[in-house]
Amino acid sequence: MTTQATTHAGQKGELLLRLKGISKQFGAVTALSDIELDIHAGEVVALVGDNGAGKSTLVKVLAGVHQPSSGTIEYRGRAVSLSSPAAALELGIATVFQDLALCENLDVVANLFLGHEINPWRLDEVQMEVRAWTLLQELAARIPSVREPIASLSGGQRQTVAIARSLLLDPSIIMLDEPTAALGVAQTAEVLNLIERVRDRGHGVILISHNMEDVRAVADRIVVLRLGRNNGTFTAETSQQDLVAAITGANENAVSRRAARHQELTEE
Amino acid sequence: MSQNQISAAAKLDQADSRVRHDEGIAGAIRAFWDRVRSGDLGMLPVLVGLVLISVVFTLLNPVFLAPNNLVNLIFDAAAIGLISLGVVCVLLLGEIDLSIGSMSGLASALIGVLWVNSGLPVAVAVLAALASGAVVGLIYGVLRNRFEMPSFVATLSGLLALLGLQLYLLGATGSINLPYASPLVRFGQILIMPAWLSYLLALLPGLSVVLTGMGTMRRRRAANLSSAGLSVVLARAIILTVALVFCVYYLSLGRGVPWMFGVFVLFVLGLDYALRRTQWGRSMFAVGGNAEAARRSGINVQRIRLSAFVLCSSFAALGGVFSAARLASASQQAGTGDVNLNAIAAAVIGGTSLFGGRGSAWSALLGVIVIQAISNGLTLLNLSSSLRYMITGGVLAIAVIVDSLARRSRASHGRA
Ligand SMILES: Nc1ncnc2c1ncn2[C@@H]1O[C@H](COP(=O)(O)OP(=O)(O)O)[C@@H](O)[C@H]1O
Ligand SMILES: [Mg+2]
Repeated sequence: MTTQATTHAGQKGELLLRLKGISKQFGAVTALSDIELDIHAGEVVALVGDNGAGKSTLVKVLAGVHQPSSGTIEYRGRAVSLSSPAAALELGIATVFQDLALCENLDVVANLFLGHEINPWRLDEVQMEVRAWTLLQELAARIPSVREPIASLSGGQRQTVAIARSLLLDPSIIMLDEPTAALGVAQTAEVLNLIERVRDRGHGVILISHNMEDVRAVADRIVVLRLGRNNGTFTAETSQQDLVAAITGANENAVSRRAARHQELTEE
Repeated sequence: MSQNQISAAAKLDQADSRVRHDEGIAGAIRAFWDRVRSGDLGMLPVLVGLVLISVVFTLLNPVFLAPNNLVNLIFDAAAIGLISLGVVCVLLLGEIDLSIGSMSGLASALIGVLWVNSGLPVAVAVLAALASGAVVGLIYGVLRNRFEMPSFVATLSGLLALLGLQLYLLGATGSINLPYASPLVRFGQILIMPAWLSYLLALLPGLSVVLTGMGTMRRRRAANLSSAGLSVVLARAIILTVALVFCVYYLSLGRGVPWMFGVFVLFVLGLDYALRRTQWGRSMFAVGGNAEAARRSGINVQRIRLSAFVLCSSFAALGGVFSAARLASASQQAGTGDVNLNAIAAAVIGGTSLFGGRGSAWSALLGVIVIQAISNGLTLLNLSSSLRYMITGGVLAIAVIVDSLARRSRASHGRA
């Protein structure tokens, strides 16, 4: 991302986003209850948890896709309502969704710039295409042509397009929901590099991944969700055992008891 | 831009060695053929169909190809064509409007009542008709957005309600004749472009292809992107110009090019630009392709839907005004019968998908010419409307089958 001024980036350590008591119900299902989460500028927060823990739901709440049933969201100290994806994007919260959310009938360039085309009354295809190629090259993407419809791309290539799109608007917070799930070795490394670069430029990053190696490699904090609740905050130094215990909720060992104590301390 | 990272030899978009990069005219033809084979048929089926239909009808009755018959044909095509343009807008979103016929009938009734019966200026009556279209579209949009009412149902009830309003407005007499000498009726029945103007207009598209083509080429070269090459641009411009000039020449052997048709083509060009070259158009395709993805990109999906329904009903109203002008009357029959189906069929026959996300303004033009050619040819053969209905229905079925098959083929070739 050498091509755009870092307008949204904050001072390192500045509190960008604070969630207080966020809950989300889908009918009878409580997907999230009382979630607390802080995101600072220049920090990578990994969100981990078993399948169905509510990670994607939390991301969608922050992306404006779902409205929380209760709780408040503060952006830079100001209470905000993320009433639509457009509102979240406007604040500078960009998302790579797990379910990719690309338009298969449109080509790569159109998907990258969707909703934010250059020159709305006379689309500037040339400039958009140049920007698309530079962005994709920075991600070391292997995409043969940006003028082919998305439908012709492989899963990994689509993933790259989705990541590139989240970077396009130079957001202050980027959320990546299992971004490396469909990626090859080289590309995964590239995405992790990218996450570090984005962090170093003062953006906040929320990374969801099941790959603990990746998580440890880049995360400053590891936040565990379990059955829709906070289940402890850890650092990259935490042992694998402790993390797994917090994720799976195996409460027969000292580690998870410690984690529970830790959680109580942070909640008070 | 960080172009210094890229080796100067490779174009920005041609770095991947796996991709064949087609160049020159042969390359353009090859790329086109590849697209067709993968199910991205575009205008090809309708052009083939048009040639077939023309050959068959000409063999059955040579009058079909007579210049003046073709002038009549395109005179008749303008009104349905306009309605069909609106249908393209809703189909692109994967929605439908079944009330376009009634809407056009209501618009023509408004012309009769406001202009002839109440003595208002014709311009006011036309504007009122268009405004009524916009309001009806707005209602459909709100029903769809607020109440998630499927457009199929909302517009089906609209079909009946608007027809009722039309009958109510026309009252006991049931039919209002429009004055023959008035500009509106002259526009619908006799006004022909001067030959010099129609030739001039036939040259413009080719010229604009060359100018914009060269501009794009220059900008792409400057940005280190590959470009189509001058030969391709020139070839396209020459083919376009020769075809258009021939059409104008042939029609000029008869009465010439009707103004009414010219205005219709102008709307086609306008909608084509809006769909392909503006943010609104891009959003239309996005919503039609994947509404949730469009919403997550920050597009206001509801507003896009609203705009499509408003455009559709407004085009239907304008089509109603045109057909009132063509028939010199506002009657209870206006907009009934096969108007609805013809307008929808025209869009689909022209290549706009019923499944949303694919189509173009040109499909209304080509589709309506096919529909009118069938209707005109059968009339020349003295065949009754019963047969016309059956054949038009069959052609629509074929078009839908082609649409579905092409969709399946695209899916297996990864082209959505
Ligand atoms: N749109 C929805 N409607 C109903 N239930 C949902 C919806 N989205 C998620 N859920 C439920 O919320 C829970 C959390 O899901 P999710 O956030 O996708 O988990 P994760 O991403 O951590 O695997 C699951 O039980 C899931 O069934
Ligand atoms: Mg998930």
